[in-house]
Amino acid sequence: MAVIETDRAPIIARATDDSPSSATLRQSWEGRPGVGGWLATVDHKEIGKRYVVTAFIFLIIGGLEALVMRAQLARPNQTLLTPEQYSQLFTMHGITMIFLYALPVLSGFSNYLWPLLLGSRDMAFPRLNALSYWVFLFAGIFLYSSFVVGKGPDDGWFNYVPYASLAYNPGPNIDVYALGMVLLGISTTVGSMNFIVTLAHTRAPGMSINRVPILVWGTLTASVGNLFAVPAVSLAFFMLWMDRQVGTHFFDSTAGGQPLLWQHLFWMFGHPWVYAIVLPAMGIVSDALPTFCRRPLVGYTAVALATVTTMVLGFGVWVHHMFASGLPILSLSFFGAASMVIVIPSAVAVFAWIATIWTGRPVFTAAFLYFAGFVLLFVIGGVSGFMTAAVPLDWQLTRTYFVVAHLHYVIIGINVFPVVGGVYYWFPKVTGRLMNEALGKWSFWVMFSGFNVAFFPMHILGLLGMPRRIYTYASGLGWGTTNLIVTIGAFVFATGILLFFINIFLSLKRGQPASANPWDAASLEWSTSSPPPAYNFAVIPIVASRYPLWEDRLDEGPERSSVGAGMLLDRGRETIGTTLLDAEPDVILKMPGDSYAPLLLALAMTAAFVALLLHSRWGFGIAAVVTVLTSIGWLWPERSLMQIETGHD
Amino acid sequence: MIERALTERTTNEQAATGIAIPGRKFPVGSKGHLASGWLGMLTLIATEATLFAYLLFSYFYLASHALGAWPPSGAPHLRIAVPGTLILIAGSVVMWWGERGIKRGKPGQLMIGLAAALVLGIAFLAMQGFEWSGEPFKLHTNVYSSLYFTITGFHMLHVIVGLLMLAVLLLWTAFGYFSADRHSAASIGVMYWHFVTIVWLAVFFTFYITPRLG
Repeated sequence: MAVIETDRAPIIARATDDSPSSATLRQSWEGRPGVGGWLATVDHKEIGKRYVVTAFIFLIIGGLEALVMRAQLARPNQTLLTPEQYSQLFTMHGITMIFLYALPVLSGFSNYLWPLLLGSRDMAFPRLNALSYWVFLFAGIFLYSSFVVGKGPDDGWFNYVPYASLAYNPGPNIDVYALGMVLLGISTTVGSMNFIVTLAHTRAPGMSINRVPILVWGTLTASVGNLFAVPAVSLAFFMLWMDRQVGTHFFDSTAGGQPLLWQHLFWMFGHPWVYAIVLPAMGIVSDALPTFCRRPLVGYTAVALATVTTMVLGFGVWVHHMFASGLPILSLSFFGAASMVIVIPSAVAVFAWIATIWTGRPVFTAAFLYFAGFVLLFVIGGVSGFMTAAVPLDWQLTRTYFVVAHLHYVIIGINVFPVVGGVYYWFPKVTGRLMNEALGKWSFWVMFSGFNVAFFPMHILGLLGMPRRIYTYASGLGWGTTNLIVTIGAFVFATGILLFFINIFLSLKRGQPASANPWDAASLEWSTSSPPPAYNFAVIPIVASRYPLWEDRLDEGPERSSVGAGMLLDRGRETIGTTLLDAEPDVILKMPGDSYAPLLLALAMTAAFVALLLHSRWGFGIAAVVTVLTSIGWLWPERSLMQIETGHD
Repeated sequence: MIERALTERTTNEQAATGIAIPGRKFPVGSKGHLASGWLGMLTLIATEATLFAYLLFSYFYLASHALGAWPPSGAPHLRIAVPGTLILIAGSVVMWWGERGIKRGKPGQLMIGLAAALVLGIAFLAMQGFEWSGEPFKLHTNVYSSLYFTITGFHMLHVIVGLLMLAVLLLWTAFGYFSADRHSAASIGVMYWHFVTIVWLAVFFTFYITPRLG
């Protein structure tokens, strides 16, 4: 019986994946094989991959929905879709892309990469990580459950009352949306908590707060934002569900309620959320672009501060979504001005990227093209956003295709392009194989040209007065030709995405084998093998700078990071806990093993929401009891995790 | 210190077999505020506090747009709410005392604290239930009643979750799980219980005091 000491001095050693200690580590960290092991795993790399794959599946579904809509709008007076079908399609397209693709895909990147970037062996809460994935998956299925039987959410993704009130929308459409969003909010919240504690507590020794990669700043900022923003939308949707099913009057103007309260709560969440789905993607560019420019990022501190500033300001601009709702002019002026101020941190980041390219020696890989393309699209989307921050112009342009153009430049430009570039960049780390460069460049140029052909003319359609969310339009309005061009562009863009997925499948099978550091990059994830072993690092690295693998050539000081020698921590699943600012070691963390509890808890919570949807008190009661019992079992103190003193037995 | 020890040692042969840094031991596992769960609970409290902030924002938003008197049925009476508030505060105080006990290695004191806080919490719930049943309005009467039952209901739900935590902690303490060195779970649960008390003060101030200020 091995007694675990309450205090221990960690063994410091030099070790590689072939050392005997690594065999021990492998035994501790590798999950069981088979379906059971697959369902129980808490490995952040496995969960990260699942997040990305699931999010890409939702991207494909949302993309197909968009193509059907574009086919309908290609010519005037078409009848491919009924108005109701069109309403469900544009609503599900928005829900899918914004909630089921844009954030989850970034959570996937960060789940996979964070412990590798931070020189750690897992996230702070491995089981919570698994829970956030399962709940995301089940909430996604829940949100689609009524769409597949023709009763999907149909009031747009921002779901304004009174359209969404029971009197005007009596079916299950909106109830599914409301309950599904509360369930999804649980996933987002626990995921955010995990990122914050991981940053605060599990960085490698020496990785002080001013040495963490910008992706970490981006995801951290998004997570803190989510912690404060998600309750607003969960509450709004819960109140809406209560108004519809329990008889409350929050949004009911006949009994003292206020429809505008919905808009306030929704956008208090909605605008910070926009930054949550772009800041980590901007972080991907800030970390990966310098690798291809063969130099460190220009203005690390400025970019990190700009990231945080953007989010802070993002909490003070929600009313710019409500300029046309009749609020007092003073309030509109304030929020218009606040919205314009956001240009400043955004421009700081843009100039940092341009300067990095300008002063570097760019290597024009497929990934580089995606990142450079992103910078251009970000500028276009930023400028159209700046235009609509001006209140009088917004009155002219709101609810037209100009806004559709703007938001797609922002979301596809700042999320999809960096994500695809990020896949090209980290694919060799994840799979051990490089993606095909030639096909990669083709996929970029097809995507980039298709994107601009599809979305740039929408600005013009908006200026010509074409409203968004109409299922068809009359001929003779002068919109026909432009709409046809937009539709052709959309299909070209989709072809580019298809090429990207083909490249993934071909490269998985036949890609060139990748070394540990195929791009000669600077950060810690490239110091371990491709793909990384279950335990990530044979020893916990010690970090002395922002660019641990470039120190010899940058030669900024005498200090050198240590990646081959460090703490062994091979007595079961362990990693080192460090202090918040300076990352000084202060505790040896015992990490939990694989467990079915996250899956069971996610199933129980989902069952509770299904029971609410079906008005089943018994079902809800049983699900609630299972939820409580599973939680207690999960949290039961364990001797092996040193939550209980070993005593002298 | 680690860097120095490492650079000294890895240059010599001993590094091949591995050495411990002399004189620098770290606690292993979940110890006090070094447990990840402690930070996790802080983030949970942050997001839950925000939830209540949005609830109270909704209250004040709807109150400021009310056309008639607010609250429509007059300010709620204090006969039950004030003693209830004092009971919750007392629960937090005994919990603080109980936690102090385990920090000094007295599980008995923690158990007394947990048991007393449980009883006080249940008393608070019973009083709330009594107050609810005596209200002249129902959930669907108007927007004020919707707010009243929803917000106090959200708080009661948090009390119930907190009581479950206290009950489980009482069981674990009885099993002898906690000691002066290892009691993170207890500290984390106690912190949540304090949060439930503090949030009640905000709810109490909003519903029972602000209508009397105007």
